[in-house]
Amino acid sequence: MTWLNDVVQGLLLGGLYALFATGLSLMFGVMRLVNLAHGDLSIVAAFIALAIVDAVPVNPLWTVLVVVPLMFGVGYLLQRGLLNFTLRGADPLPPVLVTFGLSIILQNLLLESFSADSQGLDAGRIEDASIRLSDRLAIGWFPLLTLLVAIGVLVGLQLVISRTRLGRAFRATSDDPQAARLMGIDNRHLFAVATGIALATVAVAGLFLGIRTTFTPSVGPTRLIFAFEAVIIGGLGSLWGTLLGGLVLGVAQTLGAQLSPGWGVLAGHLVFLAVLAFRPAGLLGKPVPAQ
Amino acid sequence: MSGPGVRTSATAPAGPALRVQRATIASRVGLVGGLLAVAVLAAGPLWALDSALRTLIGFFTLLALAQMWNLLAGYAGLVSIGQQAYVGLGAYGLLYLADTRGLNLFLSVLVAGLVGALVAVPTAVLAFRLRGGYFAIGTWVIAEVYRLIISNVSQLGGGSGLTLRAASQFDRTARLFATYELALAVGVGAVVLTYVLLRRRLGLALTAIRDAETSAQSLGVHVYRTKFLVYLVAAFGCSVTGAVIYLNLLRIQPEAAFSVNWTAFMIFIVVIGGVGTIEGPIIGTIVFFVLQETLSRYGAWYLVLLGAVAVLVTLLARRGLWGLVADRTGWSLFPVQRRLEER
Amino acid sequence: MLLEVERVASFYGGFQALFEVSVQVAEGETVAIIGANGAGKSTLLKTVVGLMARTTGTVVFDGRPLGGVPTHRRLGMGIVMVPEGRRIFPSLTVEENLQVGAHQARAGPWNVGRVLELLPALADKRRRPGTRLSGGEQQMLAIGRALMGNPRLLLLDEVSLGLAPIVVRRIYEAMPEIISSGATVVLVEQDVGQALRAADRVYCLLEGRVALQGRSAGLTRQQLSDAYFGMRA
Repeated sequence: MTWLNDVVQGLLLGGLYALFATGLSLMFGVMRLVNLAHGDLSIVAAFIALAIVDAVPVNPLWTVLVVVPLMFGVGYLLQRGLLNFTLRGADPLPPVLVTFGLSIILQNLLLESFSADSQGLDAGRIEDASIRLSDRLAIGWFPLLTLLVAIGVLVGLQLVISRTRLGRAFRATSDDPQAARLMGIDNRHLFAVATGIALATVAVAGLFLGIRTTFTPSVGPTRLIFAFEAVIIGGLGSLWGTLLGGLVLGVAQTLGAQLSPGWGVLAGHLVFLAVLAFRPAGLLGKPVPAQ
Repeated sequence: MSGPGVRTSATAPAGPALRVQRATIASRVGLVGGLLAVAVLAAGPLWALDSALRTLIGFFTLLALAQMWNLLAGYAGLVSIGQQAYVGLGAYGLLYLADTRGLNLFLSVLVAGLVGALVAVPTAVLAFRLRGGYFAIGTWVIAEVYRLIISNVSQLGGGSGLTLRAASQFDRTARLFATYELALAVGVGAVVLTYVLLRRRLGLALTAIRDAETSAQSLGVHVYRTKFLVYLVAAFGCSVTGAVIYLNLLRIQPEAAFSVNWTAFMIFIVVIGGVGTIEGPIIGTIVFFVLQETLSRYGAWYLVLLGAVAVLVTLLARRGLWGLVADRTGWSLFPVQRRLEER
Repeated sequence: MLLEVERVASFYGGFQALFEVSVQVAEGETVAIIGANGAGKSTLLKTVVGLMARTTGTVVFDGRPLGGVPTHRRLGMGIVMVPEGRRIFPSLTVEENLQVGAHQARAGPWNVGRVLELLPALADKRRRPGTRLSGGEQQMLAIGRALMGNPRLLLLDEVSLGLAPIVVRRIYEAMPEIISSGATVVLVEQDVGQALRAADRVYCLLEGRVALQGRSAGLTRQQLSDAYFGMRA
C-alpha cells in the first residue's frame, strides 16, 4: 500500500510541476522562446508574496490577488522592453544569452534584498489538514488544492487558446508570424501578452511552492529544470502533454526517493532522459520528422 | 574581419592575378608577439611570485574553458549550459585515475580529458535531439545527472567530496610549477586548437552552417557530424582543464566541480570579449579578471553587473569588445578566413 | 489617387530588387502588375504592405504617407494582401482562418456569412483545418480571409499560381463582387492574358523597373512582349 500512497503523493507534487511548466510551454508555443529565467521569476513572485505578508498580516494565499496581476505586468514589460529584441533574426544565441543573464541578475538581486536564508510562507491550518482514506493513504488538502489549481489553469488556458480571438491570434502567429502580421496582428504586443500570461501562471506556481516548502534566492534554476522536463516528457506544443509530463515527473521523483533518499531528483532526470532517448517527441507530442 | 569571406570568392573573377590569402599584417605581428608572450609566460616560475602564478593558473584555465565554449556556441551554434559536466568529470576522472588506479598524476590529466570526451558521446546523442534554448537546458540537466550520480558514489567521497592524495607525493613548489605549466599549456592549447580546427575544412563547414544550416546541408556538409565533432572536442578541452583546475585546488566536491557557475563564467567571458572570434575569449578573460579583482568585494552586485553587461552586449554589440576593435581597425590576429588578393 | 508609389527602391540585404518604381492606382480601379520571374512584382506588393525592411522613396495611401507605419497598422487602414503561396494557418480551421482575417479589421461589408456566400466551396468545410483543402480552395480561403479585413485596397499576389484553369476561372468569377463591394484591386499575375482580361490598367516590370504601363485595351501584343522580355528597339 505504501507505493500507492507514493504514487498519489507524486501525482499531487506533479500538479505543482505542471503549473511551473505551463508558462514555459506557452511561451515556446507562441514565439519559440525559451526563457531561462522562468524559474527565477517564480521565486521573485514568492519573495513578493513574502514581502506583502511581512507588511500586512494576511494569509499568503490572498496575495495571489496582487502577485498575479503584478507578474502579468512584469511579463508584458519584460517582453516588450527586452525579450522582443532577442527574437529579430534566426540567430539562436541572443534569446539564450539574454534570459540566462537575466536569471543571474534576478538571483543576485534577490540575494542582496532578502539574504541567502531559507524563507517560507505560512498558510496556516490548510498546510497540515488532510483527508485520511486509510491508515497508509492520506491526501493533503493543500497539495490537492495545488493540483486542482494546476488543472484549472491548464483548462482555462486551453479554452482561451481554442475558443477566443486572442487564442486564434496566438495559434496564427505560432504557425506563421509574417502572415499573422498581414492579418493586422501586432506580434510585439501579442508576444508580450503571452509572456504576461506565462508569468501570471508561474507566479501562482511560485506562491504554492513557497507555501509547500522553503525557498532561497538560488532555487530558481531547479524550478526551470523541472518545468522543462515536464514540457519535454509531455511533448512540445501540447498543454495536456505538459500536465501529463508534470504528473509523470512528480511520480518518478516520489518513487525514486522511496528507493533511496538521494535518488528522487535523479529518478526524475532519468525518466526525462529515457523519454528523450525512446520517444523524443514526448508522450503526447506529435512526432517530428527526422532531421 | 579581414576582408571578404569565402562566399565572395565564387563571384570574384578568377584569374592568375589572384591568390587565396589568409595572413594579415596584424596576424603576423600577432604571431610574433604571441610567441614572445608565451615564451615569457612559460618562464613564469623564474620571475613570478607564487601568488601571481596561482592567479595565472586561474586565468589560463578560464581562458581554455571560455575558448571551448566559444567553439561550441560561436562557431557551431551549440549554446550549452552544461559544460560544467566536463569540468566535474575531468576533476573526478583525475581523482579516480591518480588516487584509485595509481596512474601517473600528469598522465591522469590527459586521460581524464579522454574520459570526458567518451562520456560526451552518449550525452551528445541525447542532447542533440533538442534545439536552441531547450538544448541549453537539456545539457544542464545532463550535467546535473552526472553530479547526482557521482554524489551517490561513496568511493568518490559522495556528496562531501575528497582531497586529491596523489598530489602530496610532490613538494609544494614543484607541484605549483608543474600545474602552472600545465595550465599555460591548456590555455594556449585551447587557442591553438580552435585556430587550427577553424583553418581546416571544419572551419569552412562551420561557417557554412552558421550562415545557413539548410543550404549547408544541401551542399553536402554533414551538419550533424560536424556539430558532434565540435561537441566532443569541447568536452575533451573542458575535461582536461577541469583536471588541471583541481590539480591546483586539490579539494574536489561535487557541488563545486559541477557548478553551473563554470559555464556562467564561460558565457560572460565569451559574450563580453566577442562570441565567434578567437581573440574575443582572450580579451574577455582579461576583462573578467580585472573586474573580478576590482569588484568582487561587492559580492552579489558584481554578478548583477556581469549579467547586465552580458545582456547589453548581446543586444547592442553582438560581437563583443573584440568586434568593436575589429570593426574600427580591421585587425585580425587569428585569420581563419580566406581572402583574395592581387599578386 | 488611392495609392501613389513614388520612386521606390527596395532591398533584400545587399540585393536591390526595385529601382525608382512609380505606380498610381485610382480608387475603384483594377490594376495588374505583370512581368517575368524575379522582375520585382511581389516585392512591390510587399513594399506597399510594409514587409520590406529596407526601402527608399514614398508610398502614399489615400493622401497619407506610409513611411514608418508597421504592417499590422496598414491592415486597419484598409490595405490587405493575399500573400503568395496562400499562407493558410494550419492550426486554424477554415472558419478560424476567416475570423483571424478580421482580427483588427475596420468596419465594412464583409463577414463570415457573406464570404461563404461568395465562395460556396468553403461553406461545408468550415470546420476543417485550413490546410486540409485542395489548392484552389486554399486560394479561395486566402482571398476570403483578406476580404474579412474589409479592404479598400486588395493586393493579390499570384492567385492563379499552380492551379488548374477551371479553378482559376472560378476564382476570377468572384472578382466583380469583390470590386463592387468597394475594393480597389492590385493583382500580380504570371498569366498575361488573365491579367489583361481582369484589369483596367497594366504595369509591366522588368528587372526591378517599370518597363511599360497603359490601359489593358490599348496595349499591343508586341509592346507587351518587348516589355516583358526586355527587348528594346
